[in-house]
Amino acid sequence: MIHSLFLVNASGDIFLEKHWKSVVSRSVCDYFFEALERATEPENVPPVIPTPHHYLINVLRHRIYFVAVIQSEVPPLFVIEFLHRVVDTFQDYFGVCTEAAIKDNVVVVYELLEEMLDNGFPLATESNILKELIKPPTILRTVVNTITGSTNVGEQLPTGQLSVVPWRRTGVKYTNNEAYFDVVEEIDAIIDKSGSTITAEIQGVIDACVKLTGMPDLTLSFMNPRLLDDVSFHPCVRFKRWEAERILSFIPPDGNFRLLSYHVSSQNLVAIPVYVKHNISFREGSSQGRFELTLGPKQTMGKAVESVLVSSQLPRGVLNANLNASQGTYTFDPVTKLLSWDVGKINPQKLPSLKGTMSLQAGASKPDENPTINIQFKIQQLAISGLKVNRLDMYGEKYKPFKGIKYMTKAGKFQVRT
Amino acid sequence: MSASSAFSDEKGGSASEPEYGHDPASGGIFSSDYKRHDDLKEMLDSNKDSLKLEAMKRIVAMIARGKNASDLFPAVVKNVACKNIEVKKLVYVYLVRYAEEQQDLALLSISTFQRGLKDPNQLIRASALRVLSSIRVTIIVPIMMLAIKEAASDMSPYVRKTAAHAIPKLHSLDPEQKDQLIEVIEKLLADKTTLVAGSVVMAFEEVCPDRIDLIHKNYRKLCNLLIDVEEWGQVVIINMLTRYARTQFLNPNINESLLEESSDKAFYASDDEEDEDKKAEVATLAKRKPYVMDPDHRLLLRNTKPLLQSRNAAVVMAVAQLYFHLAPKAEVGIIAKALVRLMRSHSEVQYVVLQNVATMTIKRRGMFEPYLKSFYIRSTDPTQIKILKLEVLTNLANETNISTILREFQTYIKSMDKDFVAASIQAIGRCATNIGEVRDTCLNGLVQLLSNRDELVVAESVVVIKKLLQMQPEQHSDIIKHMAKLIDNIQVPMARASILWLIGEYCEHVPKIAPDVLRKMAKTFNNEEDIVKLQIINLAAKLYLTNSKQTKLLTQYVLNLAKYDQNYDIRDRARFIRQLIVPTDKSGALNKYAKKLFLALKPAPILESPFKDRDHFQLGSLSHLLNAKAGGYQELPDWPESAPDPSVRNVEIPEWSKCTSRKDRKEKKVEKPFYSDSEGESGPTESADSESDTGSGSESASASDESGSGSESEESGEETESEEEEEDEEKEKKRKKRLDKTKAKKPAEESAESEQSSGTEDRKRGRKAVKNQKSASESESESESSESEDESEEEESEEESESDTDIRKKKTPVSKQPPKQSKKESKKETQEMSLLDLDDFEPAPASAPVTPVNFLSSSLVSDLEGLSLTDTILAPTTIAPSGLIKMYELLHRITGEGLAVEYCFSRQPFSPEPNMVAVQIQFTNNTNSETKNLHIEEPRMQSGMRIREFAEIDMLAAGESVTVVMGIDFCDSTQAANFQLCTHTRKFFVSIQPPVGELMTPAFLTENDFKKEQGKLMGMNEISEKLTLGEKCVNEHVIVERVTATANLSRVPCGSDKECRFAGKTVSSGCLVLVTVTTKEGGAAQLTVNCEKMVIGTMLVKDMMQALSQ
Repeated sequence: MIHSLFLVNASGDIFLEKHWKSVVSRSVCDYFFEALERATEPENVPPVIPTPHHYLINVLRHRIYFVAVIQSEVPPLFVIEFLHRVVDTFQDYFGVCTEAAIKDNVVVVYELLEEMLDNGFPLATESNILKELIKPPTILRTVVNTITGSTNVGEQLPTGQLSVVPWRRTGVKYTNNEAYFDVVEEIDAIIDKSGSTITAEIQGVIDACVKLTGMPDLTLSFMNPRLLDDVSFHPCVRFKRWEAERILSFIPPDGNFRLLSYHVSSQNLVAIPVYVKHNISFREGSSQGRFELTLGPKQTMGKAVESVLVSSQLPRGVLNANLNASQGTYTFDPVTKLLSWDVGKINPQKLPSLKGTMSLQAGASKPDENPTINIQFKIQQLAISGLKVNRLDMYGEKYKPFKGIKYMTKAGKFQVRT
Repeated sequence: MSASSAFSDEKGGSASEPEYGHDPASGGIFSSDYKRHDDLKEMLDSNKDSLKLEAMKRIVAMIARGKNASDLFPAVVKNVACKNIEVKKLVYVYLVRYAEEQQDLALLSISTFQRGLKDPNQLIRASALRVLSSIRVTIIVPIMMLAIKEAASDMSPYVRKTAAHAIPKLHSLDPEQKDQLIEVIEKLLADKTTLVAGSVVMAFEEVCPDRIDLIHKNYRKLCNLLIDVEEWGQVVIINMLTRYARTQFLNPNINESLLEESSDKAFYASDDEEDEDKKAEVATLAKRKPYVMDPDHRLLLRNTKPLLQSRNAAVVMAVAQLYFHLAPKAEVGIIAKALVRLMRSHSEVQYVVLQNVATMTIKRRGMFEPYLKSFYIRSTDPTQIKILKLEVLTNLANETNISTILREFQTYIKSMDKDFVAASIQAIGRCATNIGEVRDTCLNGLVQLLSNRDELVVAESVVVIKKLLQMQPEQHSDIIKHMAKLIDNIQVPMARASILWLIGEYCEHVPKIAPDVLRKMAKTFNNEEDIVKLQIINLAAKLYLTNSKQTKLLTQYVLNLAKYDQNYDIRDRARFIRQLIVPTDKSGALNKYAKKLFLALKPAPILESPFKDRDHFQLGSLSHLLNAKAGGYQELPDWPESAPDPSVRNVEIPEWSKCTSRKDRKEKKVEKPFYSDSEGESGPTESADSESDTGSGSESASASDESGSGSESEESGEETESEEEEEDEEKEKKRKKRLDKTKAKKPAEESAESEQSSGTEDRKRGRKAVKNQKSASESESESESSESEDESEEEESEEESESDTDIRKKKTPVSKQPPKQSKKESKKETQEMSLLDLDDFEPAPASAPVTPVNFLSSSLVSDLEGLSLTDTILAPTTIAPSGLIKMYELLHRITGEGLAVEYCFSRQPFSPEPNMVAVQIQFTNNTNSETKNLHIEEPRMQSGMRIREFAEIDMLAAGESVTVVMGIDFCDSTQAANFQLCTHTRKFFVSIQPPVGELMTPAFLTENDFKKEQGKLMGMNEISEKLTLGEKCVNEHVIVERVTATANLSRVPCGSDKECRFAGKTVSSGCLVLVTVTTKEGGAAQLTVNCEKMVIGTMLVKDMMQALSQ
């Protein structure tokens, strides 16, 4: 399956390599570098690159390319999914997944990779099992280790791999038993020029942070489970129970995990919480363009729209933008032509606006494309689909856990065409 | 690799130096580098673990950066037996990396691993095998082979998993071991744990993917285990099963086109046979329908479906491709939603998914149509994603949605991403060719684009317009004129070439412009690109043929220019054309045909998707993505013409009885399916938290057979083992031996013994001991009748499902009570699952009374069949008769001329019609020839009674037996149902008379409900009799068993231990039947039956009295 893995940074240097079978020379990456050169944007590198003897499958995360070398037929998604899992694990261990973090923890990285794949076939990818095998480095532990001479490698043999619930380790103990669930919904939408919705979907996830002693068995039920159209579960969720009763029943992994991701059925009309009034125009023959943008709340169920960020890729012909923001700050990068405006919270009484002129290249004809506007925002305490958790119960343990559920709505890929 | 092996000599320090020298990061002067290696060696040689660790960390960091550290090999390998775990692990990392280069030295470490292989701890055994098999040194192949073989029969599933992982390693090291490895694979394929399944199938795929025959016996097991296998294993198994299914089952879509036809036929057929009644008509229709899905095929589809919900994109894709390649057309649609969901994921995942969706949309456009908008393009998508989405949108375009798609395309044309714009224009062109209605609209739109400022857009439009115009050139001469004007401005060669070709091809439509264009082109000929030059020559030739007066000289000029062109293609073309068109004396007959050659009507190009025909590659595979066969790709076979023998997948009894043997039992314990199993609620909890063991009781009850009492307690022992890994194995073995012995002893003795053991296990076992005592006393009284025992077990599990029964409280010191409802639920599931799950199926064969082998396998098949036909009719399910069910004879072997027919009341709900009693009929053909067309005719019934026949049995081979289920509505009377049983040669009059007890189904009431209902059924409806209990009715347990054997009732929980209560309802009318047995001193008892139907009540009392007083 996976032969080797190379980590390549943004400037095209290989800074880590790992081989699970015979060693593959790093010159194989030359094909990758060729593709990298050919691609105009970093994300345009084809995920699968065939070379005479190998195939390179790469993913780009955190400006690092993870290039896996394979030699024979294997489902590409298998490799891609695995590589993403590797990145997630690094992030879990080091907090960030950057070149510096990987270089600093190169031994832990190596140990992790060694455990995750055996002969190129995934062995242990559950973070719980891995954490039993290799303890994540923390400052405290590093200090303790240097003093006592103990190590990051678990002294205990990992029993999790043998368990019927491989995602949970045994013998978990907490003094404060708590279970928090975040229902986070993202709105993906395309709004057209006139402000009408072309497509809008809600994608949601339930992220959990469960710190409970022992082997708790949780059930989570919804007031309106019918809303959930398409769901995918963490392996801990009992599928039969969901099919029959629409109840999530599971023995949770320890710590942070994504319990569920769902899609709200497209039949339901999606409430769009913000609207944009825009007027971006270029006049023929003039080297000036007008730029006007006003944001306003719409269908927010009385909640405040926060952390609003507007960004737009202006046409190449724009040299500079001279704008005036009624609220927040804006930046325009004359090289990438990226305009971004950090609005903050929308005040319904005084709508934020950004107005001014753009200067164009003298003599060039007016750009015929209009930029699209990408918007990000957050609304606390609201699940825009109306999904509500009914109750959360725990069985199997005697103590009373502290339970909490938080709702949030965010913009996903929220785009306004102009 | 070759470079690094060059440095592989032992004292490679000097050799490796140049490599460091190249690397500025090593920041070193050569000598200091050399020294550093020396101090690493020193550190490794020291006694301090911390120094060793530090050294190893630095070495691993070097390896990670791709630097050569092979000269340290001797120093490192010495530490292979180091006590410190982290040092040891890092040494392993080093060893695996360099062993190949330093084979001799690597051998030094082997003995350490060999020792590890014998370690009592399974995890150490596993890791020793893992490292040993990763050392790529050919000399140790025999050692590896031995280790793998041994590990393959290890107690621990984890070690067996590691063995499976080691197989491909050894195979790649020495392919000659293949045959031996296949044996190991075969053995491991039979393994019943989820832990092993994924890894062994992976080994199978790498070593012997063509040995499909190894899969047969394990097919059903793999299907059933699938949901509990870890996600990576699922992908591999699903892909393998897709291939398997393609070789073993028939194409479910084979008669798609025939379907309409056949329904027509059926219509006419019924005309011919008007006299036949309606049922027969239905039967004929069913018979004519030529395709019946193999139940195993259905099993695969059903068991993979939930995996569409997996969080792992690879699993979802694997299921999607399985459905695409294997499912009937009508069912494929369900994968669309899941695939659309994946599009929310990372862009790499999107890329792969879109590639596959693009292929799917060509074949099955309908299924993605509802999700059209999910493929709309955002300006932030990477270009490669945009282009794929465009492809999908184009494939999805049809008459109804084309207007929205075109509107969407219009916005795309304004994008800043020019590659994407070009692709959009092509997409418009494709839509226009595919959908005639919008061709003119598209063409107008494209013509407007010709005045776009961006040259690329214009060029692309020209190319597309050219293709469109070819379809109907007559109406569009003005467009051609317009394009002719463009030639002055457009610089993109492809576009220029296209315009020239168009003018040449349709020069008759633009007679005035064409020569002028040629004149202009002749002027610029030398500066044109090659493709343009070729088209200029073409244009000249065509004009010469149509309008030689004006263009003769121009043509010759152009041909002369071409004659001296640098490109030989152009020179060749010029020479060829000159010969063809300019008449000379030498030119032969061809000249006459020149006009026909050049101005022949050319078929319009078909704009095709690049994804057409890609589906001959297995979807989701690398080969599909690249549209080229990747190394190691296994072709997806075509469906077979006729189905191979499905019986190869039948698992024989011996294997099953084997699996009650100690080891497999244990495996079962470990495997305990998480989702699909009835134990879902309590299973995992129990394994981790040994205090609450509520599930295992019911499980062991359902899974145990005659030897149940023995194996039960053993199982509990096993369980603790899996919990307490660190426990010494020796001790364990001893204990097992002891248990083996106890197995032989009488259960009563055993229970006494087991009380001696200590710990949590004790409690569990103690509980079982109580049970054992009970069953023991019973088996004493009833001489070894497995029937009664089975039943009692069942009874018990039923009790357990009612968690509030006080009996249980007394019996078991249970600390935790699971929610009652869910417990019941899971209980129900057990029943369902037992029909499917081979493992759960276990107890049946042991007690099956007749011809076990045949009966079992055939009934299994029909089970599966029954369950699979969910969407059509709910076929009745047959059950394997447990000892509890009494068989009646319908047709004796002799009267039936070799055909023996037995029937029993299966006590299962008859799913097609709930108010019918399910009668399970077993046909056994004792003749030497096959019996055909077994069916029922002429039912003669009392008024109101109805019969639902089983589907006609086409053929029953000699010596075979088959089981079917039919439903009879007896109208709550014990009148016999008479009918004829027909074969292709004979007819037999038979009748089925039900005992009164079979006319009811269990009703589940609580104690309070029972009392309430009883209160309503007093007076005339209550019949009470005194009786003396038979000698054997010594305890409540036997009473329960006797009553439930007589009538299909369920036990109602009851506060007093003197009373047993039962409840049921009549099948037909649903009247409640309540039975109370009150025991008194000295074997006396009182039987009370409350029932609205007095006849039933009276008869039931009579039967009960008889049963209880025996």
